[in-house]
Amino acid sequence: MKPTEKTQIQRRSFLKISALAGGGVLLGLVETPKLKAQGRGGPQAPPVPNNFIRVAADNTVTIVAKNPEVGQGVRTMLPMLIAEELDVDWKSVKIEQADFDDTKYNGQSAGGSTATPTNWTPMRQVGAAGRALFIKAAAQNWNVPESECSTASGRVMHSASNRSMTYGELASKAAMLPPPTLADLKLKDPKDYRIIGHTQPGTDVHSIVTGKPLFAIDVKVPNMLYAVYQKCGVLGGKVASSNLDEIKKMPGVKHAFIVERPEITGAVVGDPGLESGIAIVAENWWYAQSARKKLQVTWNEGPRADQSSEGYAKRAEEMSKQEPQRPLRVDGDPDGALKSASKVVEAAYTYPFIAHAPLEPQGATAHWQDGKIDIWTNSQQPGSGRRMVAQTLGIDEKNVNLHMVRGGGGFGRRLTNDYMIEAAYIAKEVGVPVKLQWSREDDMTHDYYRPGGFQYLKAGLDASGKVVAWRNHFISYGEGERFVSSGAMGPTEFPQRFIPNYGLHTSVQPLGIRTGALRAPSSNAFAFVIQSFIDELAHAAGKDPVQFRLDLLDSAQPLPATPPPAQGGRGGFGPQGLNAERMKGVVQLVAEKSNWGKRNLPKGTAMGVAFHYSHLGYFAEVAEVKVDAANKVKINKIWVAADVGSQIINPGAADNIVQGGVIDGLSEMMGQEITVEKGRVVQQNYDRHTMMRLAQAPPEIEVHYLKSNNNPTGLGEPALPPILPAVANAIFTATGKRVRSLPISKSGFSWA
Amino acid sequence: MAFKLNVNGHATTVDVPPDMPLLWVIRDVLNLAGTKYGCGIGQCGACTVHLGGQPVRSCLTPVSAVGAQPITTLEGLSADGTHPVQLAWQDIDVPQCGYCQAGQMMSAAALLAKNSKPSDKDIDNAMNGNLCRCGTYIRIRQAVHKAADMMTSASGKTATPADRNQ
Repeated sequence: MKPTEKTQIQRRSFLKISALAGGGVLLGLVETPKLKAQGRGGPQAPPVPNNFIRVAADNTVTIVAKNPEVGQGVRTMLPMLIAEELDVDWKSVKIEQADFDDTKYNGQSAGGSTATPTNWTPMRQVGAAGRALFIKAAAQNWNVPESECSTASGRVMHSASNRSMTYGELASKAAMLPPPTLADLKLKDPKDYRIIGHTQPGTDVHSIVTGKPLFAIDVKVPNMLYAVYQKCGVLGGKVASSNLDEIKKMPGVKHAFIVERPEITGAVVGDPGLESGIAIVAENWWYAQSARKKLQVTWNEGPRADQSSEGYAKRAEEMSKQEPQRPLRVDGDPDGALKSASKVVEAAYTYPFIAHAPLEPQGATAHWQDGKIDIWTNSQQPGSGRRMVAQTLGIDEKNVNLHMVRGGGGFGRRLTNDYMIEAAYIAKEVGVPVKLQWSREDDMTHDYYRPGGFQYLKAGLDASGKVVAWRNHFISYGEGERFVSSGAMGPTEFPQRFIPNYGLHTSVQPLGIRTGALRAPSSNAFAFVIQSFIDELAHAAGKDPVQFRLDLLDSAQPLPATPPPAQGGRGGFGPQGLNAERMKGVVQLVAEKSNWGKRNLPKGTAMGVAFHYSHLGYFAEVAEVKVDAANKVKINKIWVAADVGSQIINPGAADNIVQGGVIDGLSEMMGQEITVEKGRVVQQNYDRHTMMRLAQAPPEIEVHYLKSNNNPTGLGEPALPPILPAVANAIFTATGKRVRSLPISKSGFSWA
Repeated sequence: MAFKLNVNGHATTVDVPPDMPLLWVIRDVLNLAGTKYGCGIGQCGACTVHLGGQPVRSCLTPVSAVGAQPITTLEGLSADGTHPVQLAWQDIDVPQCGYCQAGQMMSAAALLAKNSKPSDKDIDNAMNGNLCRCGTYIRIRQAVHKAADMMTSASGKTATPADRNQ
């Protein structure tokens, strides 16, 4: 453990023990919640113990899972950390999902692959504290030294006298003891782990395979009605006129009303929260949806109705021919070095807006009564949702109770809470419980899209083939110095620090649609551009793509002693840049595992390599692809090498997530593009924004972990970015065609 | 309008509009949550149920088209998770978010009911209409093979890995 982490945890957490009715014990951390940002209002609530562990007199052990589960496996992984150190049998543990409560818990969100690095130590400490307490209770009971006692399977043993007691039997005594100090606890040696590092099935798998109501769409509340919410296709559009009176008379319809909201202003729209629209509330969802199909609305579309993808591309091309609006980072003299370079390579890359489209369309259930509201939500960021609900309804945050239910995928879409706010507003209006359910069309046309972008790259090689200059004109969306959400590039984006003359410049244009974080935000596009262009340089230099990358990584300038302030979109995810040695390790490992450069492949079949660092994770990937004469692409096999620290907590689940991240990246690469016409998103459903299907999926994705002496970090996001350039680079080697624009279907490629 | 339905072996009557998709009858009228809504246009397969033993997209099946055909939903494979497909899905720990898996399992169960030893190609063909946004396809393939093995070994036959590549 790094000393800085230790002090941080000591400062804000201590153990709290309470008795449980019937002779059990509750063990919780008291965690000082993070200070609220200015302007959120209200005094800080006093911290309350969160009772992570409950041991009943009958030795039933319940462990609370605090974070939102959207398929990343956190409802299993966090309790595993506690159970390991508590020393109970995993099979005997019951897992209980916490509600949202920032007076009890820190970090109840799902984003940025942060759950592992932020919880690795505190969750193990909670478990270890419980174990220490039961040992103390047993030692006092038997009047023996604690050092003579051991634990296993929820039981304390004294082998010298052949005595043992279960934690349940010790619980009422443990409840009377003073709590141990967290920092003094001895955590297990990893070689003694029986749960961590051993595959445990998903907590909810039995409920999933038997169809139990688990997801937001499955929530039922007595006397509940069902709602749809129709918004203008153009962001900020308002109802000018409608046939609402007819709609109110349709079968099953109970309420139908217009919601009028303030103008959405500015060239960077941010997160507008509740938008104008028409709510239809009916006896069941089908009635509401059928009524909506009869809705005739004339919209006052506002100022964004003239925007289009064509217009964005035209403006980007104009900007590419002009001087960039501003520099983001300049090291050395990139322009001078380009002039004196032996060889200059120039290329323009583009990538589109894409949608998250998790398989469960957005929805939430809300029940307003007596000035308070209960909401059942699959939000990835319930805290900010609660704040926006409170602001929208004009109530205090403490009167918003959030119940966290499983999400049918997240991918970053549920970091924004527009649908939760809509559900809350409609429920307050109608005064009975309401389930708001979006259609897939609502979801695809009202997303917070991964922003598209354009990158105009120029690099210079010296006579030996070494990269001496790099210049990127990064064209994105925003206004002045402000980028749209997830539309920024950080000043230390790779290969900054690896090339002596490095220039990163930017120009932005206004954007009339919402944007946000999609799995591996910015990295999911930047890795494609940067690792494809590096491949172009390797070929221009006549070097092997793996060796060229290793040479580039060898040319690192040392990391600055103090990290520069986080700028752009990378805050908190290692803005100081990557550790070259760790990255070299995974590049070498993936080359070794894939037999890079040592295999004879038939014509039309080739391998491509790429690496990328994001969310503290080091990933290198190799793809072997076969491309036929009709440009049909078959992925034969993929190799992944990852360094996410010293421990893979739940190996089976980790493999599943890494393989899923790769397949997600392949879907983005081939079939996903959101376009805008007349201010509206064109694509409405999965037929026009496609995903990889089973028959197209690679038969094998080998995953290898390079265990390093670093604290464990997450892998939900960093596994994705390298696969796009790895495949693009393989396609180049197989066909001689360099793809510089996503999706590659626009260049005539399709899956075999 | 009243419709007599046979769902998971139980006769029931629902009073709904004739154009109401079977999906919403199952979910919101009969309160069976396993069958999921994903796209409403037959693209994702999350709503797959068996109608007269055939896998169909319940989002595109109006209740008036069901007639006397028995309906089987995920809950009808078994309530306790002991159908070979459910067992295999648990053993392999297929799900990530789990939202598509009801549809995946119903397609797999329909395949195995008529083909006890499916090849990878058979699986590709039978399962290609079911999207998994999390990308669990590799495990889905493994789980279908495992379920097939369980079914054949239960009936005294064994499948070999060579059979899979047919």
